[in-house]
Amino acid sequence: MAILLVAGFFYIAAHRHGGTGGGTALQLHSAAPDFSLPELNGQPLQLSDYRGKVVLLDFWATWCDPCREETPHLVELQNKYRDQGLQIIGVSMDDTPEPVRDFYRHFQMNYPVVLGNARIGELYGGVLGLPIAFVISREGRIFTKHIGATDISVLERDVRTLL
Amino acid sequence: MALRKRSEKMALAVFCIALFSAAIVPNQAGGQATSLSPSHLIQPEELVKVLAATKGEKPLLLQVGSYVLYAQAHIPGSEYVGLVTNEVGMQQLHRQVDSLPRRKFIVLFCGCCPWSHCPNVKPADDALRGMGFTNVKVLYLANNFGADWVDKGYPVARGQ
Repeated sequence: MAILLVAGFFYIAAHRHGGTGGGTALQLHSAAPDFSLPELNGQPLQLSDYRGKVVLLDFWATWCDPCREETPHLVELQNKYRDQGLQIIGVSMDDTPEPVRDFYRHFQMNYPVVLGNARIGELYGGVLGLPIAFVISREGRIFTKHIGATDISVLERDVRTLL
Repeated sequence: MALRKRSEKMALAVFCIALFSAAIVPNQAGGQATSLSPSHLIQPEELVKVLAATKGEKPLLLQVGSYVLYAQAHIPGSEYVGLVTNEVGMQQLHRQVDSLPRRKFIVLFCGCCPWSHCPNVKPADDALRGMGFTNVKVLYLANNFGADWVDKGYPVARGQ
C-alpha cells in the first residue's frame, strides 16, 4: 500500500503540470490578423509594424496564475533573442489597466503590453482561456498556437525554428 | 519490538499519505478552486440538462471572471459580475443577489484558466455562502470555458 502511494506520488508529480508541453500546439500558417491596440502608455501598437521579426503574441491577465508563472520566462526569452529578431507582445485581457501597470513594473517586463478586448479575442479565434500564445513568422503568418500553460522550452523551440 | 515496528509502519504510511496529498493538493496561491467541496460543483453536462429542462428551477447564472472573456462568449442568460476579489466585482455581486431569497439556485462560472489555477470561483462561492445563500453551485470547467463549454457545442451567447 505504501509503495503504491509513493508510486502514485511520483506519477502525479511528473504529470502535474502537463508534462513537457501543457498547451495545444496548432500550426495554422494563416496570416496573423493585424490589429492596433493601445500600449500602457496610451500609444497605439500595430502588429504589422513588426513584420520582419518573429513575434510571440501572448494573451494573458494579471489574475491568471499560469500567466504570472510564465512572465519571468518570457522576459528571459526576450532578452536572449531580441538581437536575433524576436519581439514578444503581451495582450492583457484584464478589464482595467491599473493592475496591468503594477504587474508590468513588478515583473520588470521588457516587451510591449497592449490592452486587449473582446474584438481581438475574436480575431484570434476566441481567447476563452488563458494564457494563449501565438508564434508568428517574420512574414506575418501564424506558426503555432499554444493554449494553456506551456513549457518555455516549447515556445523557445518554435522561436528558434523561425529566427 | 512489535510495538516499535508497528509505529514505524504507521509513520511510513502517514509520511506517504502526506507526500501523496502534497502532490494532488496544488499550491494555494493558484489552487483555490480545487479546495471547493465536490458537493459545491456542477458538471457542464448536468448544467446543460438543467437549462434545457422544461420543468424545475432555472439558476441565476453569474460569470465571475473577466469581462473581456464574458463578452467573447458566455452562457446565455448569464450575468457578468467580474472578480469579487476587487471592490467593483463584490459590489456587482451584491447588486445581483441582495434582494434574492437565500434559497435561490445560483450557478457561478469562470473558465479563465485551468481549474487548478482559477482564482475567481472560490472567492465568489465563499462570498455567496457568507451572505447566507444555501443553493449555490460552481460550474466545473477543467481547462477553460472555450475547451469545456464552447467546443463541446453547449449554448453560447456573445457580446454584452
